[in-house]
Amino acid sequence: MTLNAWIPVFALMTSLVAALVIFLLPEKGYRLRTTVNLGAALVKLGLVVVMVWGVFRGVDYGLSFTMVPGVTFVLKADALSMMFAGLSAVLWLLTTIYAVGYLEDSPNRSRFFGFFSLCVASTMGIALAGNLFTFFLFYEMLTLSTYPLVVHRGTEKALRAGRTYLIYTLSGGAVLLLAIAWLHGVAGDLPFREGGHFIDADPEIHRSLILIFILLVAGLGVKAALFPLHGWLPQAMVAPAPVSALLHAVAVVKAGAFGIVRVVYDIYGVEASSALGVLEPLAWLAAFTILYASVRALSQVDLKRRLAFSTISQVSYIILGVSLFGPVAAAGGLVHLLHQGLMKITLFFCAGNYAETLGIHRIDEMDGVGRRMPGTSLAFTIGAFGMIGAPPLAGFITKWVLGSGALAAGMDWVIAVLVLSSLLNAAYFLPILHRLWFREPQASWPEERFWGRLETSAWLFWPPLLTAVMTVMVGVLASLPFSPLSWAELIVLREYSP
Amino acid sequence: MTLWLMAGLLFTPLAWAVLTLLTDFAWGRVVTWGGIVVQVLVSLGLWLAVSRDGGFYYGLGGWEAPLGIELRVDGLAVTFVLLTAVVASACGFHAGVYIDPDKPWHRYFWPLFWFLWSGLNAVWLGGDLFNLYVGLELISLSAVGLVALGGKAAALRASLRYLLAALLGSLAYLLGVALIYGQFGTLSIAGVVFWLEDHPVPAGSGLALALMVTGLALKTALFPLHRWLPPAHGIAQSPVSALLSALVVKASFYIAARLWLELGEPLGNLAAAQLVGLLGSAAVVWGSWLALRQSALKQVVAYSSVAQIGYLFLLFPLTYSVSESVSQQAQQGITLQVISHALAKAAMFLAAGNLILSTGSNRVDALTGVSRFLPFSLFSFGLAGVSLMSLPPSGGFAAKWLLLQASLGSGQWWWVLVLLTGGLLSAAYVFRIYRASFLENSETDEFYHPSRSLEVIPMVLALMAIGLGMVSEEVLSVMALPFEEEGSP
Amino acid sequence: MTAPLLYALAGAILCGIGLFGLLWLSHLLRKLVAFNIMGSGVFLVLVGLPQHQGGQDPVPQALVLTGIVVAIAATALAVVLIRRYYHLSGLTSLTGEPASREGAPE
Repeated sequence: MTLNAWIPVFALMTSLVAALVIFLLPEKGYRLRTTVNLGAALVKLGLVVVMVWGVFRGVDYGLSFTMVPGVTFVLKADALSMMFAGLSAVLWLLTTIYAVGYLEDSPNRSRFFGFFSLCVASTMGIALAGNLFTFFLFYEMLTLSTYPLVVHRGTEKALRAGRTYLIYTLSGGAVLLLAIAWLHGVAGDLPFREGGHFIDADPEIHRSLILIFILLVAGLGVKAALFPLHGWLPQAMVAPAPVSALLHAVAVVKAGAFGIVRVVYDIYGVEASSALGVLEPLAWLAAFTILYASVRALSQVDLKRRLAFSTISQVSYIILGVSLFGPVAAAGGLVHLLHQGLMKITLFFCAGNYAETLGIHRIDEMDGVGRRMPGTSLAFTIGAFGMIGAPPLAGFITKWVLGSGALAAGMDWVIAVLVLSSLLNAAYFLPILHRLWFREPQASWPEERFWGRLETSAWLFWPPLLTAVMTVMVGVLASLPFSPLSWAELIVLREYSP
Repeated sequence: MTLWLMAGLLFTPLAWAVLTLLTDFAWGRVVTWGGIVVQVLVSLGLWLAVSRDGGFYYGLGGWEAPLGIELRVDGLAVTFVLLTAVVASACGFHAGVYIDPDKPWHRYFWPLFWFLWSGLNAVWLGGDLFNLYVGLELISLSAVGLVALGGKAAALRASLRYLLAALLGSLAYLLGVALIYGQFGTLSIAGVVFWLEDHPVPAGSGLALALMVTGLALKTALFPLHRWLPPAHGIAQSPVSALLSALVVKASFYIAARLWLELGEPLGNLAAAQLVGLLGSAAVVWGSWLALRQSALKQVVAYSSVAQIGYLFLLFPLTYSVSESVSQQAQQGITLQVISHALAKAAMFLAAGNLILSTGSNRVDALTGVSRFLPFSLFSFGLAGVSLMSLPPSGGFAAKWLLLQASLGSGQWWWVLVLLTGGLLSAAYVFRIYRASFLENSETDEFYHPSRSLEVIPMVLALMAIGLGMVSEEVLSVMALPFEEEGSP
Repeated sequence: MTAPLLYALAGAILCGIGLFGLLWLSHLLRKLVAFNIMGSGVFLVLVGLPQHQGGQDPVPQALVLTGIVVAIAATALAVVLIRRYYHLSGLTSLTGEPASREGAPE
């Protein structure tokens, strides 16, 4: 086998090996653990950069072998997988830095970082999976490796949240398995292929295909937190902030959304899905989720819970984008995969900083924090404006492209959804910003800690600022090559003209 | 060469048994550890021989059936011989460290261990119905003895219950054998099939099959005949529980499966096949539900065995009057389920034993906070749990996938629901254990650390159960080897 | 009705009696005796039925001989276990709570 076949495996192995090494390290091996973590993250980023460049030039990275009779295990790098892999590689590096600072002096760090690395390995596997079977393999591995992170604190509340999380995700996994097995029975082992497999499907299997599509979306919709399967996400907020950041910005919800993209584009094919009539109901469901979650977000008083509902709403933009039949809207949805990741991780990092530095968890405690922590608050403001869709930030690009796509696809009602959702976003973010900058601070913070010169620990300070800068950059430089937008357009180009 | 391999498989275990009977525990350990090496090499040798040349019939000592012992050496049999070698040697090594040498009656562990091993090999390789009976009895009696080694009244109670159930099962099986011999004048399954080729099916011969399958189902602890299993497996010492759950119940199932695959079509009927499948499903649901409600750690694992055994019986409906390819898928799925459950359950019992050593209690609640101190055994337990939950990439998942395909392919979609529900229920009882270990409000901060060798063994088994899914294609390909028809009855 | 068939039928009846005893009696020794009766019944069927169908046949004799050895081994094991169980718990049946006599001399 050539080196190219092995590069995806190496990308997967970096975090897998890191996980094993970390599990075996003693709890006190602080420096060594941090070195292993950061080293693995950097190596992985390097490998992903190599693959992105290769995929752009049309190099074929892939490996496959028969696992169970009739089913192959396939790893493959294509444009879409590189988008997800790139996102997770970049954000893993930043989140690792952040987590090292966040968990300073807390117990069970070996366990935490071990599962953390496993979680990223699964995400990488999901990105590189070359068929639904392989995708499912890593999808379930993700469920298992995130559970210990959700219950990390070991409190009753955390364990309850963990249980809810498991009930949702494992049931979703069972439904997904049923769908995949059924599809395998109907059509055999299907690799992900641009343009899909069912353009000329036999009309006799149409009914099965529609049912399977519903099951697939139901199974994947749990992780994507599609209404009404979103209940686990706000509860999972008890996890430590880096976990929330990674779960919400990258791993879990994106895995679900990414799976739906794969099913629509690379299994059914966007034209076949449209012909089967399954895309429009999906678009309605996504639109409803966007509005419903935004309304729910308004009434949350806990900062992280409000962000969680915001996530539910934002992830559905991706699904909305792919379910609108048309290349422009598709690019809008895909690019949001990345944009939402950057913006939401910024917001969660900031929420973690407030909690860790000042002990602030509720929104009504945030009066005047901008003066005490200007850097973090600046990052938070950028993230929030991005979510609302203020130009020239990342969120604006998404909404703009999505809106023009909807018009091009002749679905004008989507414009109304976009406008309404932006207004709702503003309604739940602007009051926070107002508190941050324009209210008088309280006499004392709930639990204040000091770190010398900076407003908080350096490990915690720089990651949100970096992601905030990225949020600005991907918006301003959207038209340059290798920007998320141009990469999404590359995917769409390959998808719509296979 | 073959002569030496066969002798090595069937008779040297008996020689080890006699040798260890004469020594005390410590010397028995030395003999056994040496013997394990020999047995593993011989098993591996036979496996290699079969994977190179294909399967064959072998008359022991030159005597042919019906008076002599005729062995049927095929891909499936050697796979199970190898599986036995792996699991039994893991348990043997674990037991050597785990079992307290100071209790005088513990020295009987080694002879019983070796009788059990030779009985298992006899069943895997047995070619005629009566020798299978003798093999089964050898297994049952030594297994009962092993359970009784617990020494307490409760252990004896459990072992007596086990003994009575096993004896009843054997007699039902033997009665079936008597009817078969009376009807067909032969003791080999292949002989019966041969006879049926040019005779009509005699009336009442379904009864013989029903008796044999019922007896074997009792020995395999199929719902609702499972009541004897949880006390016996739960109260035995951990290495014994591992042997019993991983291998002993599989032996009787293996015979039932062979009977059904050869004689099911002519002698069985659809209603019986569906009924057995239904009982298996009930076992999956009921066993998992009870596993969820146990307060003792090993009882959870024991009830989980009841549930996992239920899956095996889906073989009956999924191979009865279905297409060749569906039947093939079902057989492969069940074989993988047997192997992966054997590896995972052995790992789980051994890990549970370590956890009990470490917390000093068999209660699930006592695990509070243990995830901080014993991640290694807990991790093995967890990995084994992944295979029991049949999540990818474990062997349990590969099995479930094949069974799903077989159910969908034969249009018997109701088994799909059983497979999926069973997976979720097993997740519920496995995660209940994790959950306890993650709780942070414990008062105990000191846990005993078992020695590393105790911790490594379940980990190796659990990793094998997980890795089985990735290599299941290779494992199954050995079973599909051509069978040399020379010397057939 | 041939003599071998009579043996086989008698064997079936013995089986039934033994089964009844094994399931309904609670005293362990009675259960054990019932097991032996049932075993004898099975052996009678094993010897009788083939002779009814195909005349003289030495094979079942050999089988029954082996079967008897197995049954004796099982009975011996059962007796040992029952005795020990009685010694530790003072009980002669599996129903009922075992009296805790773990401090009793071993």
